[in-house]
Amino acid sequence: MHNQRCSAALVGVFILFFIFIGGAIDYIYLDAFTAVGPAFPVATIFALGFATFTTLTAYYGGSDIILSSLGAEKLNLQLPEHRELHNVVTEMALASGSPMPRLFVIFDPAPNAFATGTNEKNAAICVTTGLLTLMDREETQGVVAHEISHIRNEDVLLMTLVSILLGGIAILADWGQRGFYSSRSGRRLGGKNPLLFIPLLILIALSPLIARLLAMAVSRQREYLADAGAAQYTRNPRGLAQALEKIRDAGMPFHKATRGTAHLFFVNPLRRRVDDHEGKLADLLSSHPPIDRRIGLLYRMAGILRPVVQGSKVQMVQ
Amino acid sequence: MIYIIWGIVFVLGIWVISTYNGLTALRLRIQNAWRQIDVQLKRRYDLIPNLVETVKGYMQYEQDTLQKVIDARSQAMAAKGVKESAEAQTALTQSLGKVFALMENYPELKASKNVSDLQEELTTTENQIAFARQYYNDLVTQYNTKQQVFPSNMLAGLFGFKPSEFFEVAEAEKTLPRVNLSLTR
Repeated sequence: MHNQRCSAALVGVFILFFIFIGGAIDYIYLDAFTAVGPAFPVATIFALGFATFTTLTAYYGGSDIILSSLGAEKLNLQLPEHRELHNVVTEMALASGSPMPRLFVIFDPAPNAFATGTNEKNAAICVTTGLLTLMDREETQGVVAHEISHIRNEDVLLMTLVSILLGGIAILADWGQRGFYSSRSGRRLGGKNPLLFIPLLILIALSPLIARLLAMAVSRQREYLADAGAAQYTRNPRGLAQALEKIRDAGMPFHKATRGTAHLFFVNPLRRRVDDHEGKLADLLSSHPPIDRRIGLLYRMAGILRPVVQGSKVQMVQ
Repeated sequence: MIYIIWGIVFVLGIWVISTYNGLTALRLRIQNAWRQIDVQLKRRYDLIPNLVETVKGYMQYEQDTLQKVIDARSQAMAAKGVKESAEAQTALTQSLGKVFALMENYPELKASKNVSDLQEELTTTENQIAFARQYYNDLVTQYNTKQQVFPSNMLAGLFGFKPSEFFEVAEAEKTLPRVNLSLTR
């Protein structure tokens, strides 16, 4: 429920933001809202239309757009590795009591994975072939459980919306800037309030950055939650911790990921230095928590789980 | 004054309905989870004859062990009720585990694609059984907790909800790690 409310708020903010930018473009370049301007605020109406269209596309086709832009392909069940993945996902779907998600692979050596979709029923999980070759069954299970728990926590809708909407903001801001350079020489600034004018310009210039900070704020806490969920489904936090260690040691960036899709992934595909640090600035700039901190928390979970385990159930014993 | 009383009755009514529906939904999910375990068990029953047929030729000195698996399978298939079937399943898991351990001694078995496919199938079936039980037990925990904590326990008694049985696992199986047959890469 919380995530659905977040998604609704995000769409609301997104559309308002677009109207605002549209209004700014109207005011600065087209002289709307003044005596000499056109009768309709053209850019505002266009921006509203564009925002609505983008939102609808994101909701109904977002996961497919993301999957195809990253070059995801269907599984080939003849291959033993793909069949093992299929089996592991079936196991985790059973453990979490959720329906079987659609499955995809990306042919890329960098080990990574992500989940997308709008709800439990049409969710998809995608992993790279690098992950399949690097991980043993226990570790793949941990990674898949992490993704399943993103689906169970209903993170996928929000994360899918964010990636498509981010793309939309970037496109519009780009147009705004280009328009600025081409029209500056010809137009007078007279008759407009400079106190309004300058903040609007700054807003246009900064909008991609603002949008990105928004996306990053969205994803950090969710990663910890999904790790905890994975530990709950597998009863084996060690598998996931080992998977994270292997990925950290492999240290391969995933080149097909863009800044708009980075927050979807299991570990940050862009791997910048800031991701390995802790603190306020890192919290603001990185879409993922530091990998060492995730590993540490998982091992602590494994340590704490052990005594609880022995009294109750077979799956927990290591 | 009358409005306050009506208000209290209304709130109580909502609470009764939502608690009752919550408990009923959980009970149905538990039944469904139980059927899920059955589906996996059925799959295991189907796979075992295949496995035995395939490895029989290679493992000529282990006919006893293989026969035990077959026997355990028919006993498990005949078992009734949560407790009895849990015991029979445990016996089957153990006898299967023994075969898997013995298969390590036959390198030519590991080389066969047929066998490794079967191994993957059985590994995932074993895991699916374990995870389906885990999910079943998670649901039963939720259901039983809800029946025992205040205030929903009053309604549970009133409407005759009964605590569900856990899928208990025998002490012997608890000490065994989960079967992992995948070849190390």
